[in-house]
Amino acid sequence: MRKTPLHHAHIDAGARMVDFAGWEMPINYGSQIDEHHAVRRAAGMFDVSHMCPVEVRGPQARPFLAHLLANDVGKLSTAGKALYSCMLNEQGGVIDDLICYYLAEDHFRVVVNAGTREKDLEWMKSRASAFDVDVAAMEAYGMIAVQGPDAREKFLGLLTPEFRATAEALEPFNAAQVGDLFVARTGYTGEDGFEIICSELGARPLWDTLVGVEVTPCGLGARDSLRLEAGMNLYGQDMDESVSPLESGLGWTVAMNDERDFIGRSALEAQKEAGVKWRFTGLVLLDRGVLRHDQVVKTSAGDGVITSGGFSPTLERAIALARLPAGDEEQCKVEIRGRELDAVTVRPPFVRSGKPGAKMQAVLDSIASN
Amino acid sequence: MSDIPSDLKYRESHEWVREDDGEGVVVGISDHAQAELGDMVFIELPEPGMSYSQGDACAVVESVKAASDIYAPVSGEVVEVNEALEDDPGLVNNDPYGDGWLFRMEPSEPSELEDLMDADAYSESID
Repeated sequence: MRKTPLHHAHIDAGARMVDFAGWEMPINYGSQIDEHHAVRRAAGMFDVSHMCPVEVRGPQARPFLAHLLANDVGKLSTAGKALYSCMLNEQGGVIDDLICYYLAEDHFRVVVNAGTREKDLEWMKSRASAFDVDVAAMEAYGMIAVQGPDAREKFLGLLTPEFRATAEALEPFNAAQVGDLFVARTGYTGEDGFEIICSELGARPLWDTLVGVEVTPCGLGARDSLRLEAGMNLYGQDMDESVSPLESGLGWTVAMNDERDFIGRSALEAQKEAGVKWRFTGLVLLDRGVLRHDQVVKTSAGDGVITSGGFSPTLERAIALARLPAGDEEQCKVEIRGRELDAVTVRPPFVRSGKPGAKMQAVLDSIASN
Repeated sequence: MSDIPSDLKYRESHEWVREDDGEGVVVGISDHAQAELGDMVFIELPEPGMSYSQGDACAVVESVKAASDIYAPVSGEVVEVNEALEDDPGLVNNDPYGDGWLFRMEPSEPSELEDLMDADAYSESID
């Protein structure tokens, strides 16, 4: 199994390690729920070195990415700006979701998922042959996500005044090179914070320094429950090559207003024309129990399925993302161990900046008044 | 290393059984099992008065990670359940052999207790 540069930091901290997409990664360091709360209430950090930055360099970097990605890199006009996008196949299926950073006209950086790394690189390279562009995975790096209401201040406090000024000036979804570090104000938790790419040898010192200022190490378990509360999709569960972004709650990431020719466009146009058959939504379980991936959801328009589910530590009830037959009905039933339990649809996010989202709060209020 | 008290008996599916003087047997899950499953978020306990045969699925523990069946370690009637788990399922993590007990049974076939493992055998089974 592959190991990140922070492997020994996890072992030393007593982490429970699991196989994640061929990488040996920490699932938790004791209590997943405590780690989750640390990120919602203070600051936590994740080893995300298994994710793969891909360097796209060359004079045709921008036209290549304009063709490759469903979102439009034309939106990226200032250096350091980031864009979330899906990469589609010709059928409109999602090959991966990623973040694309604009660094210079001849240099973009695309961070892709660990589990899709090989097929993404193969796809990108095959598609790059028609452009004057070079596609190469970054080598020998570490990546740490520092997240939570106190995360920015904790990290900024480690920097020299000059570096601090650069990192502190970053707006959300922007990145900059800060000395040896590539610092992006992005994340996967619904909280403020940074995702930092460092050298392979620099990963452990940075991690230990963050531990020293009381940033809580958090495992993949908390990362999953945090992103679920934030209503963020997980590739391989919420979407894959068999579904389009329009069926995965990601229509907002597809830029189709102009004539841009991107891979998958004609399939998405046909899907729109025929009417998208599925809606992607949040669910809250009203009964006691836990929503899980693959549970069947019963609606008056037919059966749907939970794509990601779990217990929300912030809300203390079960939440899920689900793909349901198109419609706007809010009440539904979820089959759990042969019983049908009451659930209601809620537009994600479930939690925003540590508190229930507006729709979620309305549901909590109605539960409390019943 | 997980804690495996020597005065308890164990099933291979990680339930423990404590023989209680005159009050039947108390059932819970081992320290090893709670650590493997992670933080508990919901425990579905049997109704008192229900009877089960040895090996029947009779409860479910749901952790942040997964839902797991709990099997009756012996045949008999459930006479009491740990109602504190409804509000605080984390008791199973924090005190698996004490406040995190699941239910109490009145065995109908006390000889079945001999089918269970002692601490040494259970320790070997999870190595």
